[in-house]
Amino acid sequence: MNFDLTDERQMLQDSLRRFLTDRYTTQVRNDILNSDTGYSAEIWTQLAELGIIGALFTEDQGGYGGAGFDIAVVFEELGRAGVVEPFLDSAVLGGGLIAALGTEAQKTLLEQVIDGSLLLAFAHGEPASRYDLSHVQTTAKMQDGSIVLSGRKAVVVNAEAAGFLIVSAREDGAVMDQDGISLFLVPADTPGLSLRGYPLLAGGRAAEVELDNVSLRASSRLGVAGQAYPVITERAAAASVALAAETLGAMETATVLTRDYLQTRQQFGRPIGSFQALQHRMADLLIELEQARSAVINAAGHLEGEPYQRELHIAAARNLVARTGRLVSEETIQLHGGIAMTQEYELAHIAKRITMADHRFGDADYHLEQFIDLSTT
Amino acid sequence: MDLSFSAKEQAFRAEVRGFLADKLPPELAQTVRDGRGLSKDTYERWHALLNEQGWLAPNWPKEFGGCEWNAVQRHIFEDECCRAHAPRIVPFGLSMLAPVLQKFGSKQQQDHYLPRILSSQDWWCQGYSEPGAGSDLASLKTKAVRDGDTYVVNGQKTWTTLGQYANWIFCLVRTDPTVKQQAGISFLLIDMDTPGVEVRPIILLDGTHEVNEVWFTDVRVPVENLVGEENKGWTYAKYLLTHERTNIAGVGFSQAGLAAVKRLARSQMHRGRPLIENPHFAARVARAEIDLMAMSTTNLRIISGAAKGQAPGVESSMLKVKGTQIRQEINDLARRAAGVYAMPFASEAVEGSNESPIGPEGTTHVAAQYFNNRKLSIFGGSNEIQRNIIAKVKLGGGA
Repeated sequence: MNFDLTDERQMLQDSLRRFLTDRYTTQVRNDILNSDTGYSAEIWTQLAELGIIGALFTEDQGGYGGAGFDIAVVFEELGRAGVVEPFLDSAVLGGGLIAALGTEAQKTLLEQVIDGSLLLAFAHGEPASRYDLSHVQTTAKMQDGSIVLSGRKAVVVNAEAAGFLIVSAREDGAVMDQDGISLFLVPADTPGLSLRGYPLLAGGRAAEVELDNVSLRASSRLGVAGQAYPVITERAAAASVALAAETLGAMETATVLTRDYLQTRQQFGRPIGSFQALQHRMADLLIELEQARSAVINAAGHLEGEPYQRELHIAAARNLVARTGRLVSEETIQLHGGIAMTQEYELAHIAKRITMADHRFGDADYHLEQFIDLSTT
Repeated sequence: MDLSFSAKEQAFRAEVRGFLADKLPPELAQTVRDGRGLSKDTYERWHALLNEQGWLAPNWPKEFGGCEWNAVQRHIFEDECCRAHAPRIVPFGLSMLAPVLQKFGSKQQQDHYLPRILSSQDWWCQGYSEPGAGSDLASLKTKAVRDGDTYVVNGQKTWTTLGQYANWIFCLVRTDPTVKQQAGISFLLIDMDTPGVEVRPIILLDGTHEVNEVWFTDVRVPVENLVGEENKGWTYAKYLLTHERTNIAGVGFSQAGLAAVKRLARSQMHRGRPLIENPHFAARVARAEIDLMAMSTTNLRIISGAAKGQAPGVESSMLKVKGTQIRQEINDLARRAAGVYAMPFASEAVEGSNESPIGPEGTTHVAAQYFNNRKLSIFGGSNEIQRNIIAKVKLGGGA
């Protein structure tokens, strides 16, 4: 048994933390949050040069990592600094799907994904799908040798910046069937594709995506017709490792800020951290934080494992981290008082990142149900 | 024991309900129901409609133009207003300053300021908290130094709610730095058009501008703007805070919020069925509703006692803690119910935005409201301060 990071991952963590501490200051991030694009192209390129995107892909795919623990190391640091750039959407999801399903020709795009010059988005969820991965109403129909997509995709993160959207559509079966779902590589400038973009509460941007008879070449399909569902669940699992690790990192920052504030803020002639009522609440947060760290390790360690174990640990981690995240974000704001309610204070953004992670790829209740389904059969 | 309202109280409820059905503009109710912020004009429009009816000041004695309703009537009125999605009555002039002026103000102050509050000529804001004086309010530092017929005020107030709309501010200022903290504070009325007063916005974590910093640099305030006696301000401040705590449980807000959660959960689908049918989500909603039913009765027990002349003690602190916990839980349920559509940020979360919403009805502002209402357990005496009060009374043998 050994819970230490490998030397490579330790170096990755150190260099990423150093870069973000130096460059991703509160001021820089607040400027990014107020920008029209919702992310910094400059920071994105620099992080790509640092190898952060490459760390999310295996050597076969052109990277040097790609395992659950690589994802966890990267996203914990991104979470710690409250980074809003689209690593999850462009790399773990978009790039990951191309890597898993693409032909050699399609996979040539990965080089640009890894060097940061090409951004991707995964257009999967729909207005009525909530968190159900098999709920796909968008249709793909063959017409005169072309594929025609019609439907609507909801809250597609990073859609506006993406050069390609990876769109799921149904070629066969009923709305909730796992069989019959395919993925398509759709260039952003394809006629019939329209976006309504908007900012997200916790930073970054998303769009409602309308597919109005979008005509594609047959070679745009990723993988075998109708067989995309297992790969979608595998990438959703990777996304869950990323989100849980990001939340862990954000919780670390939230508790550090709170510890510092308790030690400096004076009321009634003494630091408020000298009141036992507050000390005990802080101690409870630190206990839960270690629980979350272990849950993330469990999930990351089973990402490459067989699907049952993978899904069980993903569901456990997401449920536990969601519960802990709510506790930590609410309690750290409360322990601060009014200052944490202000936009410009670091914790406000961190708390929003924590809470909004509970709205991607399943919330606490969704993962509780997943866990019940898996653990009782 | 009798859990029902009297015939007279029920008739009163019907009268209030009739008035709201008649006079509350539907577009205004819709704005409140959507959880959007309200403009100054909207608040003033609603105040004017209530004033016309003679109902703008439920808590004031009749001699000052109020309704002089008892605690049960006020509760019924607030309850019906919440149900109808009426805007809240802006409390700073009407329910905070006015009771202080009525009890401690001079005849001239009462004659001058009270009618202007009813007519919306003046919009008041509260100058209590300071950057270094939050929970420990008595440590406030803004000072007022007597110079002939004026006080010269220097310092800074913060968390001044809707101060950007206000033309007057009532302030706690330090007039004697040599004595025990509480004994050197005075209660001063300051015209915000006076040179040296500056209002700076504070943007909250949901992007809204509802609170401000108010800075005072050599602001000259006529001595006749002192309320009561110099250095007795702390007594008046405590009196004001007891009035701030009426309707502290927010039962009506919670009931409206819970109804909105249920509406949303009926329309949101989960695994092909309405979310409301999902046992995990339904259990969360049920727990909140069970808590709310009990708290509603706790609230009525206290109100009923108050109507008989019993002064509420630690009960109002208990209601503050439990009431805010329940409201915040309901805000959490709403953001959960919205699913992925909790993520978009509606930058125009205030009145007057014409852009069509991104997600389904009832999802647009739920996450912003969830964050905004974290304030409920922080302001008006944080829940930690309320627990101190409860513990002191129940454990410490104190007041």
